[in-house]
Amino acid sequence: MALLTLSSPHTHGPNRTSRIMLTVALATLPGLAVMTWFFGFGTLINTVLAIITALASEALVLKLRKYPVSFFLKDNTALVTGLLLGLALPPLAPWWITVLATSFAIIFAKQIYGGMGNNPFNPAMVGYALVLISFPVQMTTNWVTSFQVSGSDVAGFTDALSIIFAGASSTADAFTGATPLDQYKHLISKETSDELLQRNTFNGWLNGGWEWVNLAFLAGGLFLMARRIITWHIPVSMLAALGICSLILGWDEDLYTPLSLHLLSGATMLGAFFIATDPVSASTTPTGKLIYGAGIGILLYVIRTWGAYPDAVAFAVLLMNFAAPFIDAYTQPRSYGHSKPKRGLKPGEKS
Amino acid sequence: MATKSLKDISLDGLWKNNPALVQLLGLCPLLAVTGSVVNALGLGLATMMVLVGSNLSVSLIRNHVSDAVRLPAFVMIIASFVTVAELTMQAFTYELYEVLGIFIPLIVTNCAILGRADAFASKNPILPSVVDGVMMAIGFTVVLVLLGALREVLGQGQIFGNMELLFGPSAADWKIVLVESYPDFLFAILPPGAFVGMGLLIALKNLIDDRIDKAAAAKAAPVEAGSKRVRVTGKIS
Repeated sequence: MALLTLSSPHTHGPNRTSRIMLTVALATLPGLAVMTWFFGFGTLINTVLAIITALASEALVLKLRKYPVSFFLKDNTALVTGLLLGLALPPLAPWWITVLATSFAIIFAKQIYGGMGNNPFNPAMVGYALVLISFPVQMTTNWVTSFQVSGSDVAGFTDALSIIFAGASSTADAFTGATPLDQYKHLISKETSDELLQRNTFNGWLNGGWEWVNLAFLAGGLFLMARRIITWHIPVSMLAALGICSLILGWDEDLYTPLSLHLLSGATMLGAFFIATDPVSASTTPTGKLIYGAGIGILLYVIRTWGAYPDAVAFAVLLMNFAAPFIDAYTQPRSYGHSKPKRGLKPGEKS
Repeated sequence: MATKSLKDISLDGLWKNNPALVQLLGLCPLLAVTGSVVNALGLGLATMMVLVGSNLSVSLIRNHVSDAVRLPAFVMIIASFVTVAELTMQAFTYELYEVLGIFIPLIVTNCAILGRADAFASKNPILPSVVDGVMMAIGFTVVLVLLGALREVLGQGQIFGNMELLFGPSAADWKIVLVESYPDFLFAILPPGAFVGMGLLIALKNLIDDRIDKAAAAKAAPVEAGSKRVRVTGKIS
């Protein structure tokens, strides 16, 4: 076989948006599989529903805005928004919560701000925050106690379908409840850590399934990093900030949620690798990414520990989305040919 | 300043220069109390009373108050009318007064009212000032009620609930439940829903204005086929 040496310019396989987004979607699949394994088919059904809703809302708005529909649908950003929302929502959330969150995310958080690349906030998290503040009961009690761990086998495909679409709550009550983070936070004032971990939600060891979900998302995130779709800055600084806060402020596990639960429960890994790293709404400079990630980690710890909500990835990410343009303005790297980086704005200067 | 006709004044208040949709004044009460139609209507009526009263009084004294102290004088007048409105509500619709709470006294700080007093009533005779007050207040109230209806429907799945607070016991069965056992949509009831609803109403108004402008432009200059070509060699059929 002859080795041809071609002279430059060489053509690259460019990283198009559609391909990046498809890779992100692929990287969530291990997490989706593990969630389905531990929490039943609810997650899968809601994810599919969210993706369909996302694509339909996107198509509707694009049509209203007289944009080419199939061209923009093919960039797969709506797909990823729907997918992430489906993964973030409780497995047995009723169908209208999924549809409402996803359509609000696409129509209000993304398209009203100008569509792909123009949204200041992470659309999936806007949708999630909307339903979280609107329906606190449905959003915090429809989590499934992992049936692989607890031994009951009620969350089969048809059961999940009937709970999600027909609201068959009487059967659902038997095996739905709060997440480990929620339970630990509210019961630790009454019980010791050892007693608490004997409960069904925890099942004696760590998180009752949640640790595998988080490890699967961690694996997906490392794959994205290896593919150079995300950089290490945001996940590392976010997890480090969360870990440091937890070690310094919450070292006593009879008083506060322990570090293992912080890192391997709730939406920590999904948030660190898939949500906080959203290329549109996150900080873009290297230093900025570190600050941005650390801010999310600190806010995550603060809201989880002292706030009213058991998990806080959505709020932490949205709050730091507010700060991202400001962080970017003050962390511009020195560009080639200039001796000093241009940071911030002078008085009277326009951005 | 050329005096405007009463029709123009009315059109300004209701649509073109609507205090809520165009001037974006008085947003604090607008966003805070529009959780239901009855709250919105209650606040709208109170605002109307204050606005008409203050416009009338300011117009009356417009030639007797020096420019330097006009704003304190206007605020005193507005505050007096707010006190009157507050006492009236305490006397006749006490429950509604309790519901609206701090937002009744806060009408004093509603920029729409001081804005009309300074921008219009202090420069115009009594009749245009009163008409301006009435029309601005109607424009404000309509937006309040629309937003209240929107948020009540989305938030609680019903409309015209608790109307007895304003219209007496006979209005208790005005309530229309649109969806049975509706899960309260807290987002619409809480202030963020008011911001989104307000944004949608403003967008709707701009859309309608845009349509009107386009229709008017099309009427004024009908486009002829082929007329844009520099050199016409043949007729385009």
